[in-house]
Amino acid sequence: MIALHPPFTEEKIRALKVGDEVAISGVLFTGRDAVHKYLHEGGRLPEGVSLRDGIIYHCGPVVIKDEAGAWKCVAAGPTTSIREEPYQGQIIREFGLRGVIGKGGMGERTLQACREHGCVYLHAVGGAAQVLGECITRVRNVYFLKEFGSPEAIWEFEVKEFPAVVTMDAHGRSLHQEVLAASQAELAKYL
Amino acid sequence: MTFLQESLIELIRRASAEIPDDVQAALLASLEREKQGTIAASALQIIQRNIELARAKSQPLCQDTGSVLFYVDAPPGFDQIHFAETAREAVRLATRKGYLRQNSVDAISGANDGTNVGPGAPCLHFEQHRAPEVTVRLALKGGGCENVGAQYSLPIEKMGANRDLDGCRKVILDAVLQAQGKGCGPGILGVCIGGDRATGYEFSKRQFLRKLDDRNPDPRLDALEQDILETANKLGIGPMGFGGKTTLLGVKIGALNRVPASYFVSVSYMCWAFRRQGVTLDAEGRIARWLY
Repeated sequence: MIALHPPFTEEKIRALKVGDEVAISGVLFTGRDAVHKYLHEGGRLPEGVSLRDGIIYHCGPVVIKDEAGAWKCVAAGPTTSIREEPYQGQIIREFGLRGVIGKGGMGERTLQACREHGCVYLHAVGGAAQVLGECITRVRNVYFLKEFGSPEAIWEFEVKEFPAVVTMDAHGRSLHQEVLAASQAELAKYL
Repeated sequence: MTFLQESLIELIRRASAEIPDDVQAALLASLEREKQGTIAASALQIIQRNIELARAKSQPLCQDTGSVLFYVDAPPGFDQIHFAETAREAVRLATRKGYLRQNSVDAISGANDGTNVGPGAPCLHFEQHRAPEVTVRLALKGGGCENVGAQYSLPIEKMGANRDLDGCRKVILDAVLQAQGKGCGPGILGVCIGGDRATGYEFSKRQFLRKLDDRNPDPRLDALEQDILETANKLGIGPMGFGGKTTLLGVKIGALNRVPASYFVSVSYMCWAFRRQGVTLDAEGRIARWLY
Protein backbone atom coordinates (compact mmCIF):
# COMPACT_ATOMS: atom_id res chain seq x y z
CA MET A 1 0.00 0.00 0.00
CA ILE A 2 1.40 3.38 -1.05
CA ALA A 3 0.50 6.38 1.12
CA LEU A 4 -0.50 9.35 -1.02
CA HIS A 5 -0.38 12.73 0.73
CA PRO A 6 -0.69 16.28 -0.59
CA PRO A 7 0.79 18.00 -2.40
CA PHE A 8 -0.11 15.66 -5.25
CA THR A 9 2.84 16.55 -7.42
CA GLU A 10 3.33 15.40 -10.98
CA GLU A 11 6.38 13.47 -9.84
CA LYS A 12 4.45 11.48 -7.23
CA ILE A 13 1.67 10.76 -9.68
CA ARG A 14 3.97 9.65 -12.49
CA ALA A 15 5.67 7.25 -10.10
CA LEU A 16 2.42 5.28 -9.74
CA LYS A 17 1.81 2.20 -11.86
CA VAL A 18 -1.19 0.07 -12.78
CA GLY A 19 -1.91 -2.37 -9.96
CA ASP A 20 -0.55 -0.16 -7.17
CA GLU A 21 -2.78 0.02 -4.12
CA VAL A 22 -2.84 3.49 -2.60
CA ALA A 23 -4.19 5.08 0.58
CA ILE A 24 -5.10 8.71 -0.09
CA SER A 25 -5.12 11.42 2.57
CA GLY A 26 -5.99 15.06 2.00
CA VAL A 27 -8.87 16.84 0.30
CA LEU A 28 -11.17 15.39 -2.36
CA PHE A 29 -13.86 17.20 -4.33
CA THR A 30 -16.76 15.13 -5.59
CA GLY A 31 -18.06 15.72 -9.08
CA ARG A 32 -20.18 13.56 -11.32
CA ASP A 33 -22.49 13.89 -14.32
CA ALA A 34 -23.91 17.39 -13.80
CA VAL A 35 -20.58 18.92 -12.75
CA HIS A 36 -18.67 17.41 -15.68
CA LYS A 37 -21.20 18.54 -18.24
CA TYR A 38 -21.28 22.01 -16.66
CA LEU A 39 -17.48 22.41 -16.75
CA HIS A 40 -17.31 21.02 -20.27
CA GLU A 41 -19.79 23.66 -21.41
CA GLY A 42 -17.58 26.42 -20.03
CA GLY A 43 -19.01 26.68 -16.51
CA ARG A 44 -16.72 28.11 -13.85
CA LEU A 45 -15.79 26.45 -10.60
CA PRO A 46 -17.36 28.11 -7.57
CA GLU A 47 -15.11 30.18 -5.36
CA GLY A 48 -13.27 27.96 -2.90
CA VAL A 49 -12.96 25.02 -5.28
CA SER A 50 -9.64 24.42 -6.98
CA LEU A 51 -8.87 21.24 -8.83
CA ARG A 52 -5.27 22.22 -9.66
CA ASP A 53 -3.02 19.38 -8.49
CA GLY A 54 -6.16 17.98 -6.93
CA ILE A 55 -8.24 14.83 -7.04
CA ILE A 56 -11.83 14.61 -8.19
CA TYR A 57 -14.05 11.86 -6.86
CA HIS A 58 -16.90 10.49 -9.00
CA CYS A 59 -19.32 10.12 -6.14
CA GLY A 60 -22.85 11.02 -5.14
CA PRO A 61 -22.77 10.57 -1.38
CA VAL A 62 -25.60 10.22 1.12
CA VAL A 63 -25.17 13.24 3.39
CA ILE A 64 -27.59 14.23 6.11
CA LYS A 65 -27.61 17.01 8.69
CA ASP A 66 -27.08 15.85 12.26
CA GLU A 67 -28.95 17.28 15.28
CA ALA A 68 -26.44 20.14 15.57
CA GLY A 69 -27.00 21.06 11.92
CA ALA A 70 -23.61 19.78 10.76
CA TRP A 71 -23.22 17.70 7.60
CA LYS A 72 -22.72 14.03 8.21
CA CYS A 73 -21.72 11.70 5.40
CA VAL A 74 -23.51 8.37 5.77
CA ALA A 75 -22.38 6.60 2.62
CA ALA A 76 -19.88 7.53 -0.08
CA GLY A 77 -18.75 5.00 -2.65
CA PRO A 78 -17.77 5.70 -6.26
CA THR A 79 -20.15 5.96 -9.20
CA THR A 80 -19.50 4.58 -12.71
CA SER A 81 -16.89 6.78 -14.37
CA ILE A 82 -17.34 5.95 -18.03
CA ARG A 83 -20.25 8.40 -18.28
CA GLU A 84 -17.72 11.22 -17.86
CA GLU A 85 -15.55 10.00 -20.74
CA PRO A 86 -16.77 12.74 -23.13
CA TYR A 87 -15.59 15.41 -20.65
CA GLN A 88 -12.81 14.04 -18.47
CA GLY A 89 -9.79 14.54 -20.72
CA GLN A 90 -10.59 18.20 -21.21
CA ILE A 91 -11.18 18.71 -17.48
CA ILE A 92 -7.89 17.02 -16.55
CA ARG A 93 -6.01 19.40 -18.86
CA GLU A 94 -7.93 22.60 -18.19
CA PHE A 95 -8.21 22.33 -14.43
CA GLY A 96 -4.93 20.51 -13.80
CA LEU A 97 -6.22 17.36 -12.10
CA ARG A 98 -3.71 14.82 -10.79
CA GLY A 99 -6.18 12.10 -9.93
CA VAL A 100 -9.64 10.86 -10.81
CA ILE A 101 -11.31 8.43 -8.40
CA GLY A 102 -14.20 6.36 -9.63
CA LYS A 103 -15.17 2.88 -10.65
CA GLY A 104 -15.33 0.80 -13.80
CA GLY A 105 -12.50 2.62 -15.57
CA MET A 106 -12.45 5.14 -18.40
CA GLY A 107 -11.58 5.24 -22.08
CA GLU A 108 -8.86 6.16 -24.49
CA ARG A 109 -9.24 9.96 -24.33
CA THR A 110 -8.93 10.02 -20.54
CA LEU A 111 -5.94 7.70 -20.72
CA GLN A 112 -4.32 10.04 -23.22
CA ALA A 113 -4.94 13.07 -20.98
CA CYS A 114 -3.48 11.16 -18.01
CA ARG A 115 -0.33 10.50 -19.98
CA GLU A 116 0.06 14.03 -21.27
CA HIS A 117 -0.75 15.91 -18.10
CA GLY A 118 0.45 13.49 -15.43
CA CYS A 119 -2.73 12.15 -13.89
CA VAL A 120 -3.96 8.73 -12.77
CA TYR A 121 -7.28 6.97 -12.57
CA LEU A 122 -7.84 5.50 -9.13
CA HIS A 123 -10.39 2.72 -8.82
CA ALA A 124 -12.25 2.57 -5.52
CA VAL A 125 -14.33 -0.50 -4.66
CA GLY A 126 -17.81 0.07 -6.04
CA GLY A 127 -20.55 -0.41 -3.49
CA ALA A 128 -18.18 -0.08 -0.53
CA ALA A 129 -19.95 3.04 0.67
CA GLN A 130 -19.36 2.38 4.37
CA VAL A 131 -15.67 1.50 4.26
CA LEU A 132 -15.03 4.52 2.04
CA GLY A 133 -17.39 6.77 4.00
CA GLU A 134 -15.42 5.98 7.19
CA CYS A 135 -12.33 7.45 5.52
CA ILE A 136 -14.07 10.82 5.29
CA THR A 137 -12.96 12.59 8.43
CA ARG A 138 -14.74 15.87 7.72
CA VAL A 139 -17.27 17.36 5.33
CA ARG A 140 -15.67 20.77 4.74
CA ASN A 141 -18.16 22.31 2.40
CA VAL A 142 -20.70 21.81 -0.36
CA TYR A 143 -21.16 23.77 -3.59
CA PHE A 144 -23.97 23.74 -6.18
CA LEU A 145 -26.27 21.97 -3.73
CA LYS A 146 -29.33 23.90 -4.86
CA GLU A 147 -28.49 23.84 -8.54
CA PHE A 148 -27.61 20.16 -8.91
CA GLY A 149 -29.14 18.44 -5.85
CA SER A 150 -27.29 16.50 -3.17
CA PRO A 151 -25.90 13.52 -5.16
CA GLU A 152 -24.70 15.80 -7.99
CA ALA A 153 -23.30 18.63 -5.87
CA ILE A 154 -19.58 19.30 -5.31
CA TRP A 155 -18.78 18.05 -1.81
CA GLU A 156 -15.46 18.93 -0.27
CA PHE A 157 -14.24 16.04 1.86
CA GLU A 158 -11.21 15.60 4.04
CA VAL A 159 -10.14 11.98 3.82
CA LYS A 160 -7.70 9.79 5.65
CA GLU A 161 -6.22 6.64 4.10
CA PHE A 162 -8.89 6.31 1.46
CA PRO A 163 -8.14 3.02 -0.36
CA ALA A 164 -7.98 2.77 -4.16
CA VAL A 165 -6.14 0.93 -6.89
CA VAL A 166 -4.34 2.58 -9.80
CA THR A 167 -6.00 1.05 -12.86
CA MET A 168 -4.93 3.69 -15.43
CA ASP A 169 -1.51 5.26 -15.03
CA ALA A 170 0.33 8.22 -16.52
CA HIS A 171 2.34 5.92 -18.79
CA GLY A 172 -0.51 4.86 -21.05
CA ARG A 173 -1.37 1.60 -19.30
CA SER A 174 -4.96 0.68 -18.55
CA LEU A 175 -5.92 -2.41 -16.60
CA HIS A 176 -9.42 -2.09 -18.07
CA GLN A 177 -8.16 -2.38 -21.65
CA GLU A 178 -6.04 -5.36 -20.67
CA VAL A 179 -8.82 -7.25 -18.87
CA LEU A 180 -11.26 -6.53 -21.72
CA ALA A 181 -8.85 -7.87 -24.35
CA ALA A 182 -7.98 -10.95 -22.29
CA SER A 183 -11.60 -11.77 -21.42
CA GLN A 184 -12.65 -11.30 -25.05
CA ALA A 185 -9.99 -13.78 -26.20
CA GLU A 186 -11.00 -16.20 -23.45
CA LEU A 187 -14.70 -16.00 -24.34
CA ALA A 188 -13.93 -16.82 -27.98
CA LYS A 189 -12.75 -20.28 -26.77
CA TYR A 190 -16.16 -21.11 -25.31
CA LEU A 191 -18.47 -19.94 -28.08
CA MET B 1 -47.57 5.85 12.48
CA THR B 2 -49.47 2.75 11.38
CA PHE B 3 -48.06 -0.77 11.72
CA LEU B 4 -47.87 -1.06 7.95
CA GLN B 5 -45.84 2.12 7.61
CA GLU B 6 -43.47 1.03 10.39
CA SER B 7 -43.05 -2.36 8.73
CA LEU B 8 -42.26 -0.84 5.36
CA ILE B 9 -39.66 1.53 6.82
CA GLU B 10 -38.02 -1.40 8.58
CA LEU B 11 -38.10 -3.38 5.33
CA ILE B 12 -36.36 -0.51 3.53
CA ARG B 13 -33.79 -0.09 6.31
CA ARG B 14 -32.91 -3.75 6.32
CA ALA B 15 -32.81 -4.04 2.54
CA SER B 16 -30.48 -1.04 2.36
CA ALA B 17 -28.13 -1.96 5.21
CA GLU B 18 -28.05 -5.76 5.37
CA ILE B 19 -26.91 -8.12 2.67
CA PRO B 20 -29.12 -11.24 2.41
CA ASP B 21 -27.58 -14.48 3.78
CA ASP B 22 -27.50 -16.25 0.41
CA VAL B 23 -25.51 -13.39 -1.16
CA GLN B 24 -23.16 -13.19 1.81
CA ALA B 25 -22.45 -16.94 1.50
CA ALA B 26 -21.70 -16.61 -2.22
CA LEU B 27 -19.37 -13.65 -1.60
CA LEU B 28 -17.47 -15.52 1.12
CA ALA B 29 -17.03 -18.49 -1.22
CA SER B 30 -15.70 -16.16 -3.92
CA LEU B 31 -13.18 -14.64 -1.50
CA GLU B 32 -11.83 -18.13 -0.82
CA ARG B 33 -11.37 -18.76 -4.53
CA GLU B 34 -9.36 -15.60 -5.24
CA LYS B 35 -5.62 -15.76 -4.87
CA GLN B 36 -4.50 -13.95 -1.72
CA GLY B 37 -2.47 -10.83 -2.26
CA THR B 38 -4.19 -9.90 -5.53
CA ILE B 39 -6.17 -6.70 -5.99
CA ALA B 40 -9.23 -8.91 -6.60
CA ALA B 41 -8.87 -10.49 -3.14
CA SER B 42 -8.26 -7.08 -1.64
CA ALA B 43 -11.47 -5.74 -3.24
CA LEU B 44 -13.45 -8.67 -1.81
CA GLN B 45 -11.98 -8.04 1.64
CA ILE B 46 -13.11 -4.42 1.46
CA ILE B 47 -16.55 -5.68 0.39
CA GLN B 48 -16.69 -7.99 3.44
CA ARG B 49 -15.70 -5.16 5.76
CA ASN B 50 -18.31 -2.96 4.12
CA ILE B 51 -21.04 -5.55 4.71
CA GLU B 52 -20.15 -5.75 8.40
CA LEU B 53 -19.98 -1.97 8.83
CA ALA B 54 -23.29 -1.31 7.06
CA ARG B 55 -25.07 -3.85 9.24
CA ALA B 56 -23.49 -2.57 12.46
CA LYS B 57 -24.21 1.09 11.69
CA SER B 58 -27.58 0.53 10.03
CA GLN B 59 -26.44 2.60 7.06
CA PRO B 60 -26.65 1.97 3.30
CA LEU B 61 -24.35 -0.73 1.94
CA CYS B 62 -23.98 1.40 -1.17
CA GLN B 63 -24.64 5.13 -1.49
CA ASP B 64 -26.66 4.47 -4.64
CA THR B 65 -29.78 3.15 -2.98
CA GLY B 66 -31.20 2.64 -6.42
CA SER B 67 -34.64 2.31 -7.88
CA VAL B 68 -37.05 1.27 -5.17
CA LEU B 69 -38.96 -1.77 -6.46
CA PHE B 70 -41.79 -3.27 -4.44
CA TYR B 71 -43.32 -6.63 -5.34
CA VAL B 72 -46.55 -7.23 -3.44
CA ASP B 73 -48.59 -10.46 -3.38
CA ALA B 74 -51.94 -10.16 -1.69
CA PRO B 75 -55.33 -11.90 -1.57
CA PRO B 76 -58.34 -10.55 -3.49
CA GLY B 77 -59.90 -7.59 -1.71
CA PHE B 78 -56.56 -6.13 -0.59
CA ASP B 79 -56.55 -2.30 -0.73
CA GLN B 80 -53.78 -1.50 -3.20
CA ILE B 81 -54.41 2.24 -3.13
CA HIS B 82 -53.89 2.38 0.62
CA PHE B 83 -50.77 0.26 0.37
CA ALA B 84 -49.29 2.45 -2.39
CA GLU B 85 -49.92 5.62 -0.37
CA THR B 86 -48.32 4.08 2.71
CA ALA B 87 -45.35 2.84 0.70
CA ARG B 88 -44.72 6.30 -0.74
CA GLU B 89 -44.83 7.83 2.74
CA ALA B 90 -42.47 5.12 4.02
CA VAL B 91 -40.03 5.95 1.23
CA ARG B 92 -40.17 9.65 2.17
CA LEU B 93 -39.45 8.89 5.81
CA ALA B 94 -36.72 6.35 5.05
CA THR B 95 -35.04 8.98 2.88
CA ARG B 96 -35.13 11.49 5.71
CA LYS B 97 -33.49 8.93 7.98
CA GLY B 98 -30.69 8.35 5.46
CA TYR B 99 -31.62 4.73 4.65
CA LEU B 100 -32.15 5.93 1.08
CA ARG B 101 -30.22 8.59 -0.81
CA GLN B 102 -32.14 11.50 -2.35
CA ASN B 103 -32.07 9.50 -5.49
CA SER B 104 -35.01 10.36 -7.69
CA VAL B 105 -34.90 13.30 -10.06
CA ASP B 106 -37.23 14.84 -12.62
CA ALA B 107 -36.38 13.12 -15.91
CA ILE B 108 -36.29 16.30 -17.96
CA SER B 109 -35.09 19.07 -15.66
CA GLY B 110 -32.99 16.91 -13.36
CA ALA B 111 -34.57 18.63 -10.36
CA ASN B 112 -34.26 16.65 -7.14
CA ASP B 113 -36.99 17.36 -4.58
CA GLY B 114 -35.25 15.09 -2.09
CA THR B 115 -38.22 12.82 -1.40
CA ASN B 116 -37.64 9.84 -3.71
CA VAL B 117 -41.32 10.07 -4.62
CA GLY B 118 -42.54 11.07 -8.06
CA PRO B 119 -43.83 9.60 -11.33
CA GLY B 120 -42.76 5.93 -11.33
CA ALA B 121 -40.99 6.25 -8.01
CA PRO B 122 -41.22 4.11 -6.02
CA CYS B 123 -42.19 1.35 -8.44
CA LEU B 124 -44.94 -0.95 -7.22
CA HIS B 125 -45.91 -4.33 -8.69
CA PHE B 126 -49.07 -5.96 -7.37
CA GLU B 127 -50.16 -9.57 -7.88
CA GLN B 128 -53.14 -11.38 -6.41
CA HIS B 129 -52.76 -14.83 -4.92
CA ARG B 130 -55.13 -17.31 -3.34
CA ALA B 131 -53.54 -17.23 0.09
CA PRO B 132 -54.53 -15.20 3.14
CA GLU B 133 -51.19 -13.47 3.77
CA VAL B 134 -49.65 -10.38 2.23
CA THR B 135 -46.02 -10.66 1.19
CA VAL B 136 -43.91 -7.65 0.29
CA ARG B 137 -40.55 -8.04 -1.44
CA LEU B 138 -38.28 -5.13 -2.02
CA ALA B 139 -35.28 -4.70 -4.29
CA LEU B 140 -33.08 -1.59 -4.39
CA LYS B 141 -31.35 -1.58 -7.74
CA GLY B 142 -28.48 0.83 -8.27
CA GLY B 143 -27.89 2.76 -11.47
CA GLY B 144 -24.41 1.42 -12.22
CA CYS B 145 -25.65 -2.12 -12.61
CA GLU B 146 -28.88 -1.01 -14.27
CA ASN B 147 -26.87 0.76 -16.97
CA VAL B 148 -25.09 -2.43 -18.04
CA GLY B 149 -28.33 -4.31 -18.64
CA ALA B 150 -28.89 -5.29 -22.28
CA GLN B 151 -31.65 -6.50 -24.54
CA TYR B 152 -30.95 -8.59 -27.63
CA SER B 153 -33.31 -9.25 -30.54
CA LEU B 154 -32.44 -12.59 -32.10
CA PRO B 155 -31.17 -13.58 -34.62
CA ILE B 156 -27.98 -11.49 -34.52
CA GLU B 157 -25.90 -12.56 -37.47
CA LYS B 158 -22.59 -11.01 -36.50
CA MET B 159 -22.69 -12.85 -33.18
CA GLY B 160 -23.83 -16.13 -34.72
CA ALA B 161 -26.78 -15.97 -32.34
CA ASN B 162 -29.77 -17.83 -33.72
CA ARG B 163 -33.20 -18.35 -32.24
CA ASP B 164 -32.31 -21.22 -29.94
CA LEU B 165 -30.75 -21.81 -26.53
CA ASP B 166 -27.25 -21.62 -27.98
CA GLY B 167 -28.11 -18.17 -29.39
CA CYS B 168 -29.37 -17.16 -25.95
CA ARG B 169 -26.12 -18.39 -24.40
CA LYS B 170 -24.06 -16.32 -26.80
CA VAL B 171 -25.85 -13.06 -26.13
CA ILE B 172 -25.98 -13.54 -22.36
CA LEU B 173 -22.21 -14.12 -22.31
CA ASP B 174 -21.80 -11.06 -24.52
CA ALA B 175 -23.66 -9.02 -21.90
CA VAL B 176 -21.19 -10.26 -19.26
CA LEU B 177 -18.25 -9.32 -21.48
CA GLN B 178 -19.62 -5.85 -22.22
CA ALA B 179 -20.40 -5.21 -18.55
CA GLN B 180 -16.80 -5.96 -17.46
CA GLY B 181 -16.48 -4.42 -13.98
CA LYS B 182 -18.80 -1.49 -14.61
CA GLY B 183 -21.81 -3.05 -12.87
CA CYS B 184 -19.87 -3.64 -9.62
CA GLY B 185 -19.11 -7.30 -10.00
CA PRO B 186 -19.10 -10.00 -8.97
CA GLY B 187 -22.65 -9.65 -10.18
CA ILE B 188 -25.81 -11.65 -10.54
CA LEU B 189 -27.69 -11.97 -13.83
CA GLY B 190 -31.45 -11.98 -14.15
CA VAL B 191 -32.49 -13.04 -17.64
CA CYS B 192 -35.76 -13.33 -19.50
CA ILE B 193 -36.02 -15.26 -22.72
CA GLY B 194 -39.09 -14.12 -24.69
CA GLY B 195 -41.78 -11.65 -23.76
CA ASP B 196 -41.84 -8.22 -25.39
CA ARG B 197 -39.44 -5.34 -24.82
CA ALA B 198 -41.21 -4.20 -21.65
CA THR B 199 -42.23 -7.52 -20.10
CA GLY B 200 -38.84 -9.04 -20.95
CA TYR B 201 -36.91 -6.56 -18.85
CA GLU B 202 -39.54 -6.63 -16.12
CA PHE B 203 -39.40 -10.43 -15.85
CA SER B 204 -35.59 -10.42 -15.98
CA LYS B 205 -35.59 -8.26 -12.83
CA ARG B 206 -38.14 -10.43 -11.13
CA GLN B 207 -35.57 -13.26 -11.30
CA PHE B 208 -33.66 -11.41 -8.58
CA LEU B 209 -36.35 -12.42 -6.11
CA ARG B 210 -35.08 -16.01 -6.35
CA LYS B 211 -32.47 -17.14 -3.84
CA LEU B 212 -28.99 -17.59 -5.26
CA ASP B 213 -28.76 -21.24 -4.22
CA ASP B 214 -32.12 -22.34 -5.63
CA ARG B 215 -32.33 -24.39 -8.84
CA ASN B 216 -34.46 -23.70 -11.86
CA PRO B 217 -37.36 -26.20 -12.07
CA ASP B 218 -37.04 -26.19 -15.88
CA PRO B 219 -34.09 -28.51 -16.64
CA ARG B 220 -33.22 -26.68 -19.89
CA LEU B 221 -32.99 -23.33 -18.13
CA ASP B 222 -31.24 -24.89 -15.15
CA ALA B 223 -28.54 -26.26 -17.47
CA LEU B 224 -28.18 -22.87 -19.14
CA GLU B 225 -27.88 -21.10 -15.76
CA GLN B 226 -25.09 -23.45 -14.62
CA ASP B 227 -23.32 -23.19 -17.96
CA ILE B 228 -23.36 -19.37 -18.04
CA LEU B 229 -22.15 -19.16 -14.45
CA GLU B 230 -19.29 -21.57 -15.05
CA THR B 231 -18.25 -20.02 -18.37
CA ALA B 232 -18.47 -16.42 -17.11
CA ASN B 233 -16.18 -17.32 -14.23
CA LYS B 234 -13.56 -18.58 -16.69
CA LEU B 235 -13.32 -15.20 -18.43
CA GLY B 236 -11.01 -13.61 -15.87
CA ILE B 237 -12.96 -10.35 -15.51
CA GLY B 238 -13.10 -10.77 -11.74
CA PRO B 239 -14.34 -8.57 -8.90
CA MET B 240 -14.63 -4.91 -10.02
CA GLY B 241 -13.17 -5.98 -13.37
CA PHE B 242 -9.73 -6.17 -11.70
CA GLY B 243 -9.09 -9.62 -13.20
CA GLY B 244 -9.78 -12.73 -11.11
CA LYS B 245 -11.80 -15.88 -10.72
CA THR B 246 -15.23 -14.61 -9.75
CA THR B 247 -17.09 -12.61 -12.36
CA LEU B 248 -20.61 -13.76 -11.44
CA LEU B 249 -22.18 -15.03 -8.23
CA GLY B 250 -25.32 -16.35 -9.85
CA VAL B 251 -27.48 -16.60 -12.96
CA LYS B 252 -31.29 -16.79 -12.90
CA ILE B 253 -33.25 -17.28 -16.10
CA GLY B 254 -36.97 -17.20 -16.75
CA ALA B 255 -39.00 -17.50 -19.93
CA LEU B 256 -42.19 -15.82 -21.17
CA ASN B 257 -44.21 -16.61 -24.26
CA ARG B 258 -43.36 -14.41 -27.21
CA VAL B 259 -45.03 -13.63 -30.53
CA PRO B 260 -43.54 -15.63 -33.39
CA ALA B 261 -41.96 -12.51 -34.91
CA SER B 262 -40.01 -11.56 -31.78
CA TYR B 263 -37.26 -13.35 -29.89
CA PHE B 264 -35.89 -11.10 -27.16
CA VAL B 265 -33.29 -11.99 -24.58
CA SER B 266 -33.32 -9.38 -21.80
CA VAL B 267 -30.45 -9.31 -19.34
CA SER B 268 -30.49 -7.41 -16.07
CA TYR B 269 -27.33 -7.15 -14.00
CA MET B 270 -27.34 -6.88 -10.22
CA CYS B 271 -24.25 -5.66 -8.39
CA TRP B 272 -22.61 -7.58 -5.53
CA ALA B 273 -24.46 -5.19 -3.17
CA PHE B 274 -27.59 -7.18 -3.89
CA ARG B 275 -30.19 -5.39 -1.84
CA ARG B 276 -33.35 -7.43 -1.62
CA GLN B 277 -35.45 -8.29 1.35
CA GLY B 278 -38.99 -9.46 1.93
CA VAL B 279 -41.59 -9.89 4.60
CA THR B 280 -44.90 -11.55 5.26
CA LEU B 281 -47.30 -9.21 7.03
CA ASP B 282 -49.97 -10.10 9.57
CA ALA B 283 -53.54 -8.76 9.37
CA GLU B 284 -52.57 -5.52 11.16
CA GLY B 285 -49.58 -4.92 8.90
CA ARG B 286 -46.90 -6.05 11.35
CA ILE B 287 -43.94 -8.08 10.14
CA ALA B 288 -44.74 -11.75 10.75
CA ARG B 289 -41.74 -13.30 9.01
CA TRP B 290 -38.64 -12.31 7.02
CA LEU B 291 -38.29 -14.04 3.66
CA TYR B 292 -34.55 -13.88 2.97
